[in-house]
Amino acid sequence: MKAKIWGSRGSIASPGQDTERYGGNTSCIELRPPGCDVVILDAGTGIRELGVRLVREGAERMFLLLTHLHVDHLEGLGMFEPIWRSQTELHIWGPASPVASLEQRIATYFSPPLFPVHLSEVPATIEYHDASESEWQIDGARLFSNAIIHPGPTVGYRIESRGRSLAYLTDHEPALGADLDRDPSEWISGFAIAHGADLLIHDCQFTPNEYEHRVGWGHSTTEAVARFADRTEVDRLLLFHHDPMHSDEQLDQMREDVVTRWGVDDDRCIVATEGAKIVV
Amino acid sequence: MAERPHQRNLVLILARAFAAQLATAVFLVDAEGTVIYYNEAAEQLLARKFIEGAGMPAEEWSTVFRPRDAEGRTVPLQSLALGTTMLKREPAHDIVTILGADGVDRRIEVAAFPLFAHTEDFVGAIALFWQLPDREGER
Repeated sequence: MKAKIWGSRGSIASPGQDTERYGGNTSCIELRPPGCDVVILDAGTGIRELGVRLVREGAERMFLLLTHLHVDHLEGLGMFEPIWRSQTELHIWGPASPVASLEQRIATYFSPPLFPVHLSEVPATIEYHDASESEWQIDGARLFSNAIIHPGPTVGYRIESRGRSLAYLTDHEPALGADLDRDPSEWISGFAIAHGADLLIHDCQFTPNEYEHRVGWGHSTTEAVARFADRTEVDRLLLFHHDPMHSDEQLDQMREDVVTRWGVDDDRCIVATEGAKIVV
Repeated sequence: MAERPHQRNLVLILARAFAAQLATAVFLVDAEGTVIYYNEAAEQLLARKFIEGAGMPAEEWSTVFRPRDAEGRTVPLQSLALGTTMLKREPAHDIVTILGADGVDRRIEVAAFPLFAHTEDFVGAIALFWQLPDREGER
């Protein structure tokens, strides 16, 4: 299974000299499970450039997995070129809310004054699938989702293909609901998604000091992500959803902190870098 | 690929985390009525540690504490606040006397609420309760 990072920044796109190395686009990952059409994780600003490439490739069938509908995970969809082509067949998975369907929730963004065009005017064929608690198949890949701790309906995804597994838990604050070291695993948000994954892509937005003033905002610290990775026994960890205020140098320091706390070899923990390709 | 572990519904995870922070007694059951958590304040009123009460089915928790009305009559599961909430999936309120595992009677007021993750997705129920001063003739 191959993955490419098109955006790894959290909250708001942050281009500039300080973020040049790891990138400024918001969440978007391209996934290519063997024998499967393209699977896209989130529609942050990084999806724009991916869309250009997919059109160039002639891709017509694609799958988009939205973890939640906060704007940094959705704002790129309007500029995702394939949706403006009638031959595109797009399947979108994401969380419904207790009172509104996924389509209704996406339509809130795709309407004035936030966006000039209504969702109903999009020419592509779009099918919506509720991913609150699901297990399903896309071609040769097996997918799982669970609701996870983050303000508002949010899910994490696990993708398995040919014996390899990738877990995607961006925007996740598992330490808010449990003691990550001691509580039974069934009470830990995201545990079932991440357990034993070959690659865990996980929120690492804050340092422990920053977190003191941001408890409940739905994001994790270097300390929490190290404990979560250890508890879930993942092989490799990709630090994701970088705080827009963090420079490349600060992200390097945060990675060192995670490696030290996790107590593993240096190469098992990576900072998500825009443009990077990863083989799972 | 090995079998994946199970995650409790997020509503229950958050309810448990909420209860663990509260000074008010909280009792949490799953959709079948099985006890999945009660907090330290509840442990005090029930005089029973959660580790001893975890996994109790509704038939057990509704009888083991011998809930009685003001006249001393046993209150069956379907008339208890939490029992009503479980069976009818609607909020309920009650005042009963219970017998703690320490042999002490306590008069408690209970407010129970169903937990729906989505409109039709009943995942469990939560009961908040607190001790009242002993008083005659009330239920």
